Amino acid sequence: MTVARTNCELAIVGGGPAGLAAAALAAELGVETVLFDEQPTPGGQVYRNIEANSRRHDALRDILGGDYAKGLALAERFRRSGAGYEPLTAIWQVSAGGKLGVSQNGKAYLTKAGRVILATGAMERPFPIPGWTLPGVMGAGAAQTLMKASGIVPDRPTIIAGSGPLTYLVAFQLLTAGAPLHGIIDTSEKGLFETGLAALPLLSSFAGDLLKGLSWIVALGKARVPFFRGRNLAAEGVSRLEAVSFDSGGRRHRLPASLLLVHEGVVPNNQITASLRCRHVWDVGQTAWHPQTDKWGATSTELIAVAGDGAGIAGARSAVHRGRLAALDAACRLGRISRTERDERALPERRAVQRENRFRAFLNSAYHPTEAVRWLADDTIACRCEEVTAGELRALISEGFTDINQLKSFSRCGMGQCQGRMCAGTVARLMSDSLKSDIESVGYYRLRLPIKPLPVAQLAELGNADRDSRPLLPVVEGDPSQRI
Amino acid sequence: MTATNAIVIGGGIHGCCTALHLALRGMRPIVLEKNTVGRHASGVNAGGVRQLMRHAAEVPLSMAAMDRWERLDDLLGPKLAKDCEFIGGIGQIGIAASEAEMDWCQTRVAEMRSLGHAFEEVIDAKELRRLVPGAADICRGGIISRRDGHANPFRTTQSFRLRAEQLGVRIMERTRVTGLEQGDGGWTVMTDSGVLRSDIVVNCGGAWAWQVAAMIGEHFPSTHFASTLMVTSRMPHFIDPVVIGIDRVLSFKQTEAGTVVIGGGILGDPDLNAETADTVADRMVVSAQTVYDFFPILRRATIVRSWAGLEALMPDVIPVIGPSQVARNLWHAFGFSGHGFQLGPIVGSVIADLVADGQSAIPIAAFSPARFSAATGTPR
Ligand SMILES: Cc1cc2nc3c(=O)[nH]c(=O)nc-3n(C[C@H](O)[C@H](O)[C@H](O)COP(=O)(O)OP(=O)(O)OC[C@H]3O[C@@H](n4cnc5c(N)ncnc54)[C@H](O)[C@@H]3O)c2cc1C
Ligand SMILES: Cc1cc2nc3c(=O)[nH]c(=O)nc-3n(C[C@H](O)[C@H](O)[C@H](O)COP(=O)(O)OP(=O)(O)OC[C@H]3O[C@@H](n4cnc5c(N)ncnc54)[C@H](O)[C@@H]3O)c2cc1C
Repeated sequence: MTVARTNCELAIVGGGPAGLAAAALAAELGVETVLFDEQPTPGGQVYRNIEANSRRHDALRDILGGDYAKGLALAERFRRSGAGYEPLTAIWQVSAGGKLGVSQNGKAYLTKAGRVILATGAMERPFPIPGWTLPGVMGAGAAQTLMKASGIVPDRPTIIAGSGPLTYLVAFQLLTAGAPLHGIIDTSEKGLFETGLAALPLLSSFAGDLLKGLSWIVALGKARVPFFRGRNLAAEGVSRLEAVSFDSGGRRHRLPASLLLVHEGVVPNNQITASLRCRHVWDVGQTAWHPQTDKWGATSTELIAVAGDGAGIAGARSAVHRGRLAALDAACRLGRISRTERDERALPERRAVQRENRFRAFLNSAYHPTEAVRWLADDTIACRCEEVTAGELRALISEGFTDINQLKSFSRCGMGQCQGRMCAGTVARLMSDSLKSDIESVGYYRLRLPIKPLPVAQLAELGNADRDSRPLLPVVEGDPSQRI
Repeated sequence: MTATNAIVIGGGIHGCCTALHLALRGMRPIVLEKNTVGRHASGVNAGGVRQLMRHAAEVPLSMAAMDRWERLDDLLGPKLAKDCEFIGGIGQIGIAASEAEMDWCQTRVAEMRSLGHAFEEVIDAKELRRLVPGAADICRGGIISRRDGHANPFRTTQSFRLRAEQLGVRIMERTRVTGLEQGDGGWTVMTDSGVLRSDIVVNCGGAWAWQVAAMIGEHFPSTHFASTLMVTSRMPHFIDPVVIGIDRVLSFKQTEAGTVVIGGGILGDPDLNAETADTVADRMVVSAQTVYDFFPILRRATIVRSWAGLEALMPDVIPVIGPSQVARNLWHAFGFSGHGFQLGPIVGSVIADLVADGQSAIPIAAFSPARFSAATGTPR
């Protein structure tokens, strides 16, 4: 494709519920909107591949369930809205001035936007236990992604470990799809059953959600999938996963397995807001960083807003309403609607967000991560790209490093292919433990473009770069020996 | 109140090395660093240890630095020296891709010979290909300094810091100097976490050094810039020397880890107050193009990170090293204009010589603060 969009009024990054809802509403309000998304079709994490999967008449459709099917209406409204759509497109930078670095079909170009809504969603919380880098260990969400995207179901002995609704949802989906599920290891403090029942009066309007969760558990019990309350998990194996061991009921267990799916919730995908140096806050309840936003999702950076899980985990339903709030604010700032209209239209969306927040608060307390944030043994790998262990990092901290970026410069942790996504939280936690200081003062990796790896060839041929943007320096011209 | 005989402002390589040498001379320096040691240019630079294509005035200093690089053991001890990851003798090469650049190489080498310096040579396409097998056909030859190499900038700065601490230097991080006053009892140094007293002060404040000077009413150009580097994912080992461009913007080397660091004067957007800089995609394109043209093997590589560091820039592109023009017992060492890492092991010892003996054996007249400092304060 040639340089597709050099300009747009509103750029939206991410085509999950937040991005789809924001794009549809903004376009309906007359804003010239373009949605960029890495995936081939609308849906994001939760409604991945929704259009094609809803047309299926086989088992997969039922396996994915009724909640999943709700995504179709969002995708359809987005398609009708007239918003521009750039699928299979990675955004590798967003500058404070609203310039997006776009990579599409092996070519890169820049797009200047009047306003940007980041709807980049969440990623699974990294799960650094002994052996977690062995082939055969992956996120439960990632396994679900394979199932949604290409109908792939595990066919080798599989164990699921972790806590939170997604753990049980995926277990249930895998069971229904016929995967050889050899065990569930629940790592939460209490079970969904106890916590859920206790909280029921408070959460009456969410009884449906709770019952759904309980129904998965009942189904798994009926199918006699072995169930454990486990701690201190370890993935064992020489060149790939062979077994999972853990403490339960006062002794150590060891279950042979070829696939271990782990999950303890999701955390905001904040690479772009971090690279923009937006203000971030450490959310104690969610044990994660998220960008600080106002009630419209606007960040501390003038042109940039965040909607959906990227602004703090609140789930797919909430993402829709947060997307619309950000779209209303964008339409107002771009002169399409008045403040009064914005505020009026916002009322139902805001009520919906508040309602979801109550449920979220319950989930946060019920599913506080345990294994994914536990004390790391010295030989456990903290940074998987550069294979830096917790012990190596502790040794450096005791030599006097007090800032996370010093550790990075010295040990290369966070310098690899994932650009620190996988280890930023773990390394910060390690530091704050060792220094007995809070996570905020330890800070976050300094990130710069590209937030997704960018081929040299694409940068060399970057369409429409402003080559004259070089600031003039008052130095002697023309003599290479004066090279800086 | 903490009192000592020497305060060094700035915990970059020059501040750490200055403190180290003052300690060797029996003083008890304190280094005040507003962030953390190596946080700025010294920790994030490209690590190029280069005599190649230096400004003639810098050559004697740079040659003396090279001797120190080759004998880091003497200064730091074997462990800390090894940590610097210095690799010398692999050469830095300025690649010529045009006839005009080849001509410039000839002229440059002749000029340097006439000054008595023989460390640079012109190489032809064949020798270039022997040293850099991956170079594309458009590379015609170039200019080489065979003694040059590279080191790990953050680790080097850290080694200088640790050695200084072994010698009794005290380093105070997250301590910002906010004011300087000279009285009969010496200097009063105001910081955001207390007041200190010292006989002498050395200003190694990097991009902010002009602000420190302004505290005593001595005014230097405030010019600074943000040099940008980008780095690729790991590649199989394919090149030993460091290469730089002559008319083209490029500096290029493969690290121990296999990643390739690309830079050489790509400019980012500096933000002195926020104490950071943004990298700018528009300006990274030209370097990517040069890499693309010179090294076909890298076309498939991906860029995984970029960063920028803040650096002071003097209008004549050489540093300020010497005594203040407005106050006694204060020395400056800053303004390295993008190539001060190589001078890291030497400038501190020059300052220590100036402090203790009033003179240095290495010619430094060209770096005199007098060439800029327009004093508004009252000379004392
Ligand atoms: C693996 C996984 C599986 C999940 N499964 C479920 C589930 O089954 N049920 C459920 O209720 N919740 C699920 N969640 C939680 C769920 O993601 C959220 O609650 C919901 O999807 C949030 O919606 P969103 O619009 O904020 O982001 P998402 O739905 O995550 O959408 C973000 C979109 O942005 C795109 N994107 C991100 N960065 C870039 C970039 N730089 N360039 C271009 N595109 C980009 C992504 O590809 C994605 O399409 C899952 C989360 C994960 C991580
Ligand atoms: C990206 C990049 C690549 C480079 N590549 C090379 C190369 O390959 N080869 C080479 O030779 N050179 C290179 N350089 C240049 C080299 O890094 C610098 O010349 C050198 O590091 C300067 O060291 P310094 O100690 O003077 O400054 P800095 O490292 O910047 O240290 C100055 C310190 O002073 C502190 N400070 C300032 N004001 C105050 C105050 N008021 N109170 C307390 N503390 C204060 C700052 O926080 C800072 O840490 C490069 C520079 C950059 C940015």
